[in-house]
Amino acid sequence: MKQFLSTLREIRKYPAAIVGLLIVSALVIFAVVVVINIPYQEAIRLWRGGEEVYGRNPRNVPPKWFNWFREDDLPESFELIEGDNGVTSTVETTKGGTTIKTLSFEFDYNYTAFPQDVVFYFKSNFDVKEPFVAMTWVTPDEREIRLGNFGTGPTLTFPVSQDDQIRKKVDGMMPNVGLFDDPEQEGEQVLQGTYKVNLEAITFEPGSEINVEMLVLGQVYGWAGTDHLRRDLTLPMMWGAPIALTFGLLAALGTSVTTMIFAAIGAWYGGVVDGLIQRITEINLVLPFLSILIMVGTFYSRSIWTILGVTIALSIFTGGIKQYRAIFMQVKESTYIEAAQAYGAKDGRIISRYLIPRIIPLLIPGLISAVPAFVFLEASLALLGIGDPVLPTWGKTINDAYQNAALYRGWYYWILEPAALLMITGLGFAMLGFSLDRIFNPRLRGL
Amino acid sequence: MTSIAENVENVPVDVQKKKQQTLMTLKRVIKYSGVRLISLFITVVIGVYLTIMIANMGGYVDTMMKAEIQERITMQIQMNPAFQNMDPATRKELTEKEIQNEIKRLNLDQPLLLRSVRFLRNALTLNLGRAMNLSSDSGSRNVRAIILERIPYTLLLMGTANFILFFTTLFLALALSRKYGSFWDKIIIGLSPTSSAPSWLYGIFLILIFAAVLKILPFGGVIDAPVPKDFLGRSLSVLRHLILPASSLIISQFFYSIYNWRTFFLIYSSEDYVEMAKAKGLPSRDVERRYILRPTLPTIITAFALLLIGTWTGAIITETVFQWPGLGRVTFRAIGLYDTPVIVGTTIIYAYLLAITVFLLDIVYALVDPRVKIGGGGEPKK
Repeated sequence: MKQFLSTLREIRKYPAAIVGLLIVSALVIFAVVVVINIPYQEAIRLWRGGEEVYGRNPRNVPPKWFNWFREDDLPESFELIEGDNGVTSTVETTKGGTTIKTLSFEFDYNYTAFPQDVVFYFKSNFDVKEPFVAMTWVTPDEREIRLGNFGTGPTLTFPVSQDDQIRKKVDGMMPNVGLFDDPEQEGEQVLQGTYKVNLEAITFEPGSEINVEMLVLGQVYGWAGTDHLRRDLTLPMMWGAPIALTFGLLAALGTSVTTMIFAAIGAWYGGVVDGLIQRITEINLVLPFLSILIMVGTFYSRSIWTILGVTIALSIFTGGIKQYRAIFMQVKESTYIEAAQAYGAKDGRIISRYLIPRIIPLLIPGLISAVPAFVFLEASLALLGIGDPVLPTWGKTINDAYQNAALYRGWYYWILEPAALLMITGLGFAMLGFSLDRIFNPRLRGL
Repeated sequence: MTSIAENVENVPVDVQKKKQQTLMTLKRVIKYSGVRLISLFITVVIGVYLTIMIANMGGYVDTMMKAEIQERITMQIQMNPAFQNMDPATRKELTEKEIQNEIKRLNLDQPLLLRSVRFLRNALTLNLGRAMNLSSDSGSRNVRAIILERIPYTLLLMGTANFILFFTTLFLALALSRKYGSFWDKIIIGLSPTSSAPSWLYGIFLILIFAAVLKILPFGGVIDAPVPKDFLGRSLSVLRHLILPASSLIISQFFYSIYNWRTFFLIYSSEDYVEMAKAKGLPSRDVERRYILRPTLPTIITAFALLLIGTWTGAIITETVFQWPGLGRVTFRAIGLYDTPVIVGTTIIYAYLLAITVFLLDIVYALVDPRVKIGGGGEPKK
């Protein structure tokens, strides 16, 4: 405890250590909060749930906070349903069970950018004859554009941007642009003002009802934007933290501790055991680390736990074992070890109680400095397309972005967000580890 | 004459003793080198054999490839209009025959153990064989041709990056260790954690800035399309494509490398004999050259040798991000196509280079470091 306090006091002298410690603790707290609030199953549902989970998000749009740095805001998505402000509806029933429902959606559009799409969702119940709708688009300057007349079936999704008929009516522009375009101005300029959609829905059977929703898809979404499948990137950004931390910490811990134990055993027993460990280390040096990981990922299993196990197994017999061995060789000669031998302590006891504890102050900085390498390793594997198949991670987001040429198409947020988070995580651990190394390592003290 | 004869008579005892000693040392050197060579060779053999087994996943890849062959050939024969009118039995027979042929072509009919031993023998004699699926740009299936075709690109990229990195950081660190505690020194220490990020991450940032936003450098690849006609144009084009990947490799190591060397030099420059040399009033250049660089030479040589090896292997991910057609990318593609010969081929070259370097290092150490006396210092105690 006393030693711990003095270490803390020592850390205060290094600003980098404080920043690193803050980043690391913030990340750990963040990761815990994320896992508690969005449990594993829920995260997978949100990430792989399909259209019903994220089908109503805009595609490939930057996060909302982009607007804070822009003079003219990009449009945000909004939905209009019956009963909302701006939606009026009248129902008229005629003889023979035919019902005419007249709906009018009214909304103000004061952005300078066009929306990504306008989508209508129809939902109805009927026995034989499907309902029929007719829609008209009314611009602020009172132009009327027919959007279409069609039967809806039990459910129908009608995105205007996909409709060639509308496209023809607005001079070949994309419908989501053409419907909002100001014809008086050169080029594509938004006509600001109040838009209206008049909709007549006719049902032909008693008891047959129809529900209509209108959705205007904006150009910004959520805290992290969306990807090519309309998925909210907030989830991988948040869930990336626990995964990166778990992988990084477990791999670093597993590697350093096992390396240390093997080094201690080798140094203590010497002879054949030591020689064997040295030879294994040399063989391991010949093996292509990343290639083997990629092979395991491609041929065998992409599960993050398999990769973690292989990573640790391959990282035990590396250069670190020689460093630890050198230190153990020194410690081995100490008089207190001799004393322990004199009172009859067994080999196992000497290794675990006398050798290993001596080296722990050196282990901690090494362990923390090793974390970023493993965090980035996980991201690297994901970037090569062999990340965990179910979990959303930072590396996988970069991979998705890369596959979709995000940099080329200007979707910078898609790559920058996970890259920045990876960078912050890596820097946090590295800063802390470096400073601890300078505190604990007597040769570096003061340098 | 007599005096000389007397001298000669006196001297031989000394010379003989010396001769004997040299002979002993020579014997020790040969014995040591022999043992070292054998142990390194065994290391390479085991390492390569392990790689062969891993690249085959202990036979799992065979099953996968057989299934793939079966599906491909069945499809081929079904789709071929020439066989449309054949009766099902004959067609089935034909399919079966074709599948067996293909399996035989890839030697999948022999047990893995047998094949792995043959792989090993061929690999060790650098008889790298033929690739299963990959082919070189010139169309050859020869693994050696595939690897040789990629090596220049990897050497160009890694060589440029590593040499610039090694020498700039070494000399900057030396300069910095002289001005210990200065503003620049603190800056370098502060920036050293940036090296925890891998080069591809910096690569992405560089592509974003210089290719996507500023549009002054290409996104990736190795040369413009269409390829410039004259030599100068080609060189300039390659150079332009080289800037971003090389910079990303350099940046990712730069500050930590300087910090490391600087700390290393500082530790050595605080030794007593350096203080002594300074106290004697030797010029700082001499102090640096004779008292700091000389004892650190083995470490510098080791670092340089390891750097040379690293240059050969290429960087799988950086090459992938920049679409640089080097060894790293060919390894990655080979893995994706289960192309064991290519994977083993790249590994064996790396293993050999590593073993040779380690062996040479042992000898170089003995040459530059007087402390490393082969067979331990002095006579063994009785």
